[in-house]
Amino acid sequence: MKLLIKGGRVVDPASGRDELGDVFISDGRISEKREKAERTIDAKGLVVAPGLIDLAARLREPGYEYKATLESEMDAAVAGGVTSLACPPDTDPPLDEPGLVDMLRRRAKALSRARVYPVGALTVKLAGERLTEMAELAEAGCVAFSQANVPLADTQVLWRALQYAATFGFPVWLRAEDRWLAAGGVAHDGEVATRLGLPGIPAFAETVALGALLELVRATGTRVHVCRLSTAAGVALVRAAKREGLPVTCDVGIHHVHLSEKDLGYFDAHYRLEPPLRSLRDRDALAAGLADGTIDCAVSDHTPVDEDRKQQPFAEAEAGATGLELLLPLTLKWGAARKLPLATALARVTSDAARILGTQSGRIAPGAPADLVLFDPEAPWRITPESLKSQGKNTPYRGYELSGRVRATLVAGNIVFEQP
Amino acid sequence: MARNPQLNDHGELRHLLSIDGLPREVLLQILDTAEPFAGVTEREVKKVPLLRGKSVFNLFFEPSTRTRTTFEIAAKRLSADVINLNIALSSQTKGESLTDTVANLSAMQADVFVVRHAASGAPYLIARHVKPHEHVINAGDGRHAHPTQGLLDLYTIRHYKKDFTRLTVAVVGDLLHSRVARSLIHGLTTLGVPEVRAIGPQTLLPAGIEALGVRVFHDMRAGLKDCDVVVMLRLQHERMNGPLLPSAQEFFKNYGLTAEKLALARPDAIVMHPGPMNRGVEIDSSVADGPHSVILPQVTFGIAVRMAVMSIVAGN
Repeated sequence: MKLLIKGGRVVDPASGRDELGDVFISDGRISEKREKAERTIDAKGLVVAPGLIDLAARLREPGYEYKATLESEMDAAVAGGVTSLACPPDTDPPLDEPGLVDMLRRRAKALSRARVYPVGALTVKLAGERLTEMAELAEAGCVAFSQANVPLADTQVLWRALQYAATFGFPVWLRAEDRWLAAGGVAHDGEVATRLGLPGIPAFAETVALGALLELVRATGTRVHVCRLSTAAGVALVRAAKREGLPVTCDVGIHHVHLSEKDLGYFDAHYRLEPPLRSLRDRDALAAGLADGTIDCAVSDHTPVDEDRKQQPFAEAEAGATGLELLLPLTLKWGAARKLPLATALARVTSDAARILGTQSGRIAPGAPADLVLFDPEAPWRITPESLKSQGKNTPYRGYELSGRVRATLVAGNIVFEQP
Repeated sequence: MARNPQLNDHGELRHLLSIDGLPREVLLQILDTAEPFAGVTEREVKKVPLLRGKSVFNLFFEPSTRTRTTFEIAAKRLSADVINLNIALSSQTKGESLTDTVANLSAMQADVFVVRHAASGAPYLIARHVKPHEHVINAGDGRHAHPTQGLLDLYTIRHYKKDFTRLTVAVVGDLLHSRVARSLIHGLTTLGVPEVRAIGPQTLLPAGIEALGVRVFHDMRAGLKDCDVVVMLRLQHERMNGPLLPSAQEFFKNYGLTAEKLALARPDAIVMHPGPMNRGVEIDSSVADGPHSVILPQVTFGIAVRMAVMSIVAGN
C-alpha cells in the first residue's frame, strides 16, 4: 500500500527536522520516491511525528485480565499515538519463561496495533534468588531484563545477574530502590507524609540503591537502564556516571515531571505512584534533567488499576496510574513549560527511547518503519473516564484539560487508529 | 488542592476529620460548646436532647476501649441511639471493602459515623462516600489524626492555662507514630501558642516535623525548661526493642518524665497523657499521680468535647 501524508508539520526529532511537508509511505516504510499514492491523508494543521515509544507500559496479561486486557490496552496505546511499547515482567506469572513471552508476542501481533517488546524477568518469579534463562528469553523476544517494581535486595545476586547479562550483551533495566529503606513506605518521606501520617520512603532509598548499582556497573560493564528516577540526588548521580562514561541510561515517569507530594491533597489514592511523588525540588530536577538529556526518556509507566483497588485508604490502595493515552499530552505540556522546541520534547518519547530499545523506529527517514503519529498539538482534551480507551481509568488528571489530541496513528504503514 | 472536605459550603463543620485545616473560629466554637457539657456530666440527670432520634454508629476497624466508650457515653448523653460495630472482627475480614461496609451501614439509616481505622486517611475515604445528611467523625486514623483527642487536650490546656498565646508546650516521646501529637500540634499552632516543642530521639521524630511549626529537642532536659504544659505520648510495646529503640529502660532514662525532670518546667506546669499510660516507660508513677497531673480530668473533658463535636455536626 502506498500512502501519502500531505501538508503536515513534519517533526523528526532524530534529525531535528521541523517543517511543512509530505511523508510518503511504501510497503510499510518511509520512502523517498513519490509514486502514485493509493490513499492520501490530509495532515493540514497536524504534526506528523514518529510514533511514540514507551519503555514502560503494563498490559496486565497474563494474570490481571480483570484490570485490563491486551485488547483494551493496545487500543489505548494507538489512541495515544504509541506505536512501540516495552512491557515490564510483573505479570502473573511474571515473564520468566520463554513460553509466556512467546504467547504474549503472538497475542499482541495478532491484534496488529502497536509493536510490543517484552522485558523479561531478571530472576525467577522476580524473587531475587535465581537467574532466569536469559538467553532463552531473549530468543523468545525479550529485549531486556528487569525486576519491575520488586527491588533486588541481595547484592550478590544483583552482581551475578549483571555479570551474566553482560556475558551476552543483554541490557538490564532496573529501578533503584533499597528494599529495606523503602519497606512499608507509601509516600515521599517529607513534609506531606509527616502531615498526613503516611509511612515514608526517604529519597535516599533511591540514591543508596543507585550508588550500589552504579558501582556494580563500574565492575561489570553491563549496560544498565535506570528506570523511574524520582529524586534530584538520583539525577545528579546519573549525570556524574554518564560523565564518567559508564554505560548507563535512565528514564522518568511522565507524571513525576509534573506532580509532587503536594498533590496528594486529602489522601487521593490516584496520586499513589511507584516510586512516590517527591518534593517540588525533586520534581523540578527531574523536569530539568529530562530537558538537558541526563534523563534519556520519559515513559508512561502505564498501570491500569481497577477502581475498587483505588477506592481504599491511601496506604492500602494499589499504586500506579494509567498513562498510555496521556504520555503525548503530558510530554507536550512539559516541553511547553520548559520552552523546548517541539522536536526536542518529542525526542524524549521517540528517538531517544528508540536508541535504548535498539529499534529502527522513532524517526522519519527513508527506509525507517512507517510508525507515525498525526496529532493536533493545540486541540484541548478534557480527561474523563469515558475519554480513555484503557480499561484503567485511574489518573491524577481526571477532570483536567490537556492539549494534544491524536488524529491518526500508523504502524508499519497501516492506519491503526483514526479519529476525526 | 481539593476543597477542605470537613466544611460545608457555608464554612461550617460537616465532618470532623482532622484539626489540620480547621480555622481558629471552628476550634473555639467546639471548645466553647463543650463548656456547658462539662457541666452536664456533673448533673443528676446527665442527658440533653440534642441528638434525640439520631443514630450514631461507632465503626471501629481497630480495637479500642477507651475512645469507643467515651464516644458512646457522649452520644448517649446527647440522647442518640448508639450502635457499636467492632468491624475488626467482622465483615472486613471476609473481604468486604471499606466503601461497601459504609454503604451497607448507611442503608441502616445512620446519622453519624464515628470511625477508627489503622490506615491514615480512611475517614476521608468514608466521608467521600456518605450521603449528604451523614457525618463522619474521625476517632483516630493510622498515624494521621485523632482530632477529638487533640480537642480535648486543647480544652484541658485552656481550662488550666486560660490564654494560649503565652504558653510553651512540649510534646514528648514517639511523635513518629502518634496521631495524637499531630492533631495537638495543629491545634496549638492554630490557636496561637508561640512555642511548641517536640522532644524525642531522632528515630521517633518524623521527617520534616519542623514544617508543622515545632522546635525540635533531643535533650529532654533542655526541652522541658520553662514549659507550661508537658504532653507525654504513649510508646507502643512493639516499638520498644528494635531498630527504633534499644530498650524501654533506656528510653525511660532519656525520655521518661520523672519528678526531677519535671522540676525544670514551670512550677505550675501541667502534665498530660492521652492514655493508656506505660508507667515506668514514658512516665513515672509519682508524676502520673502527682499534683501536676491532669490526666484524669482529660478523660472527663473528653466526653464534653465529643458531645460538642457531635452536636455541632449533627445536632437538631
